[in-house]
Amino acid sequence: MSSSNSLMDSLFQRSLEDLIKGLRLGESNFISRSLEEIRREIKATDLSTKSVALQKLSYLAALHGVDMTWAAFHAVEVVSSSRFAHKRIGYHAIAQSFNDQTPVLLLITNQIRKDLNSSNEYEVSLALECLARIGSEDLARDLTSEVFTLLGSSKGLVRKKAIGVVLRVFDKYPDAVKVCFKRLVENLESSDPQLLSAVVGVFCELTRKDPRSYLPLAPEFYKILVDSRNNWVLIKVLKIFSKLAFIEPRLGKKVADPICEHMRKQNVGKSLLFECIRTVFSSLSDQETALKLAVVKIKEFLVDDDPNLKYLGLHALTIVAGKHLWAVLENKEAVVKAMSDEDPNVKLEALHLLMAMVNEDNVTEISRILMNYALKSDPLFCNEIIGSVLVACSRNSYEIIVDFDWYLSLLGEMARVPYCQRGKEIEYQLIDIGTRVKDARMELVRVSRALVIDPALLGNHFLHPILSAAAWASGEYVEFSKAPYEIAEALLQPRTCLLPPSITAIYIHSALKVLVFSLGVYFSAQDPTSSTLAQESTSSGSSVVNGFTYSSISSLVNMIESGLTSLSGTIDVEVQERAKSVLGFIGMIKHEMAEKATSQDTETEARKAIAFMEDVFSEELGPVSSTAQEKVPLPEGLELNENLEGLQEICREVLEPIAESNSSSFYSSDKVSFSVAKLRIRDQEEASSSLPPPLESSSLLAEHRKRHGLYYLSSQKADDHNDGDGNDNNTSNEYPPANEISVDSFKPKKKISKPRPVVVKLDEGDEPKTKPDASSSSNGEPLSRAIQTALMGKGKEKESEKDNHEIHLDTENTEQSSRRENKKKKKEKKKKNGESSKNRSRRQRDEEASVTKPVEVPDLLL
Amino acid sequence: MIRFILLQNRQGKTRLAKYYVPLEESEKHKVEYEVHRLVVNRDAKFTNFVEFRTHKVIYRRYAGLFFSVCVDITDNELAYLECIHLFVEILDHFFSNVCELDLVFNFHKVYLILDEFILAGELQETSKRAIIERMSELEKLEDLLLRCFAEFKTTMVMLRFVKGYVEIIILNLFYL
Repeated sequence: MSSSNSLMDSLFQRSLEDLIKGLRLGESNFISRSLEEIRREIKATDLSTKSVALQKLSYLAALHGVDMTWAAFHAVEVVSSSRFAHKRIGYHAIAQSFNDQTPVLLLITNQIRKDLNSSNEYEVSLALECLARIGSEDLARDLTSEVFTLLGSSKGLVRKKAIGVVLRVFDKYPDAVKVCFKRLVENLESSDPQLLSAVVGVFCELTRKDPRSYLPLAPEFYKILVDSRNNWVLIKVLKIFSKLAFIEPRLGKKVADPICEHMRKQNVGKSLLFECIRTVFSSLSDQETALKLAVVKIKEFLVDDDPNLKYLGLHALTIVAGKHLWAVLENKEAVVKAMSDEDPNVKLEALHLLMAMVNEDNVTEISRILMNYALKSDPLFCNEIIGSVLVACSRNSYEIIVDFDWYLSLLGEMARVPYCQRGKEIEYQLIDIGTRVKDARMELVRVSRALVIDPALLGNHFLHPILSAAAWASGEYVEFSKAPYEIAEALLQPRTCLLPPSITAIYIHSALKVLVFSLGVYFSAQDPTSSTLAQESTSSGSSVVNGFTYSSISSLVNMIESGLTSLSGTIDVEVQERAKSVLGFIGMIKHEMAEKATSQDTETEARKAIAFMEDVFSEELGPVSSTAQEKVPLPEGLELNENLEGLQEICREVLEPIAESNSSSFYSSDKVSFSVAKLRIRDQEEASSSLPPPLESSSLLAEHRKRHGLYYLSSQKADDHNDGDGNDNNTSNEYPPANEISVDSFKPKKKISKPRPVVVKLDEGDEPKTKPDASSSSNGEPLSRAIQTALMGKGKEKESEKDNHEIHLDTENTEQSSRRENKKKKKEKKKKNGESSKNRSRRQRDEEASVTKPVEVPDLLL
Repeated sequence: MIRFILLQNRQGKTRLAKYYVPLEESEKHKVEYEVHRLVVNRDAKFTNFVEFRTHKVIYRRYAGLFFSVCVDITDNELAYLECIHLFVEILDHFFSNVCELDLVFNFHKVYLILDEFILAGELQETSKRAIIERMSELEKLEDLLLRCFAEFKTTMVMLRFVKGYVEIIILNLFYL
């Protein structure tokens, strides 16, 4: 009964073709119905039925995302069939669905071994293909000997696939190197191009992971580079050499000639030509002739109509741009032309190149070109342009900027580019320049005024950071302003309600600064005794502001009062508080002013208050060194780590976001909290490990300072007073404020620090990372160690061979001594031949470690 | 090294997917979706290379089919473009004027060709002739029996079909 059932099953089973036809009809739930069917069929005892079901399942899994892990055991069953067709389906299913965690993986070891030993080369290759895909550590270990046998197979096809499998086997089971490596290397001398292609492919992958181990094979690769005519092989060999030349510079000189020869050939394939150029650019850029030839050849790519070639040409240029900028400059026209290409990839590469070319002389021109492109292009690329201009110009504390007035107006222009989303960066730079470059402040105020006054900008939330910087600048440097009234009006315009509260707070504070400044000017003009002093103070700010009349000052006060009254009802406490306190101040002033109009008493409360406030705001804010924290001497007995370790664990989640947004949050808090107590907020923030909340009241700060005065840096102001130059002083010596940089005294080498919080973080983060890298590259990995061991033995053999036959590629005398050394070592080794091989390999490894260069390059090449 | 190869049509239907690195099933779908979205909207005048996560995809469009190969960032783009073209030529030769339907119905054969062409993420065979020859060998090896069996099955179905008709005709005859 059951047999007839299975016969019926197989007779009326849907074939794969039926399944596909059914799928194409697009019936609903067809897949689930077929799956039901497959689940039933796959349990059949008849292997034909089972295999067809498995095939259907793997089709559904591959193209319709059906899960087929449940059929793993059935796949193993199908593979065990003696029929090739079944085997094929089974192996395909296994390769598709198995991974290292599949539980039945162990069951197929024997089946694969059987098939690897089969006399039918097609069965062998099926098994090899499968092994290449699913080989786990166990499989690799158990089947190493079979793979080794196949590496020497007389059938080219089998041997080729066995070579391909070796990569996976080595990866999973490094000890296989001891067994297979020699045969693998032998295949490098094969005359069959297909075999050679396979083995070079394997070595290319191996070299990519750990170049140092394969240095001893350089002569073999060199031979292939010279002799081979197959582009694919040559490309792979070039890739190997570009890795090897990195760690062994002498190799570069040797391979430069054959590479040049390949480049000079008339009918060389573009792919090979490009690979040659890339190799020269990335690893052989010290070889002058090769580099020159490559630069000539790269022009062919750049002027080609094919966007692929153009892109690759530009891409290759970016590789070389760092070291040999002239190569890029020679192709300047092509690069600029590529900026208007249609493909974003090409444009992006061109942009990178343009930015690499920027220097003091052409920064104006290039920026102008780029801004024109930014206006025309799509949002993504537009911001890419703006971002790279900002980065290039601010590099090394604005190293390439000579004319800061121009740069500030450029920043203002950027803010007006419709798609601009780089608000944060522009904000940072505006404030940074304001604090660092004294001479640019006038222009900064002008640019800021234009930004603040424009009501249209308030609607774009990407620009809000820029506006906050502009507001801060126009408040902080109000003495450079021509019309303080205008600025105060702009700061309190109704549309500021669109701003987020934190920025509104800055607006209010800036308005206060404008008010204080104006009142100060007004009072000093009134007062005959102090008028000269006032003149002096304003003369530094070009004394454009001369005098307020009583009516103008009172209209200013009234305007600010009415503007703030509307804000004092805001929900946000910060805004509310600021508005309220400024209003309180105004109330006091107004009262006094009214009195003063009648009486001629000069010593009023208002005057005192204004004098005090002016004093508060008169202090200049400057940038702070990234190393400022380190200058604070560590008090004895202070053990921060021990006590706070647990705390850090708890606070990690809270602290990390702060660290990320360090640079930006830093400045915003800066602007929000102006301390009345003449504290350098920045210094204080640097010094105290935790960021204080920006709202902390000034009295608390003062108290804090009194108690922990040790951790505070001496304020910059004091330095300025102590000695006019400020250069001899301790703090300013290593970190002079960029105030001293003017357009006239502009010099390329400046002592200004880099943008700090980030730099500090990076310095600390990099150190530990690089160290393990260096150690692991030499002999950390088991695979590389195994290969180095295998190659040490082989290298010696080879050498002795070559020496015996007296083949010298190179007869330079300087090389002689090193050869002699090698010979000596060889003799030593011969003496100790009696040792067991295990000991010998260990000894070699020890020797490796003691010698400075871990792997010796046979000198016939060098 | 090749990470994966995808054949997709313009609608995003995957016609062939071969992964040389282990990926979760859900991850595969995401990859296929992302690659399709990356390549499908690109202009014909654009470059054939797109960056994809930490790798790059090299693609080429033939009629409505996109052949995408994901390779390492340092690999030679042009070589893989040639490689895709060679693969298409082989398919074209094998199916004599290949079209999407050929790939749909002969999916296992396409995989076989691919396995001859690329092994463990490395190009194995660069000769078109060699691959075609091997494919015909493999076809010969496929059990003749299986084919006979399939034919037999079709005949059975046909017979049942014919039998039904004959019965109807006979019934009709009786009726008349």
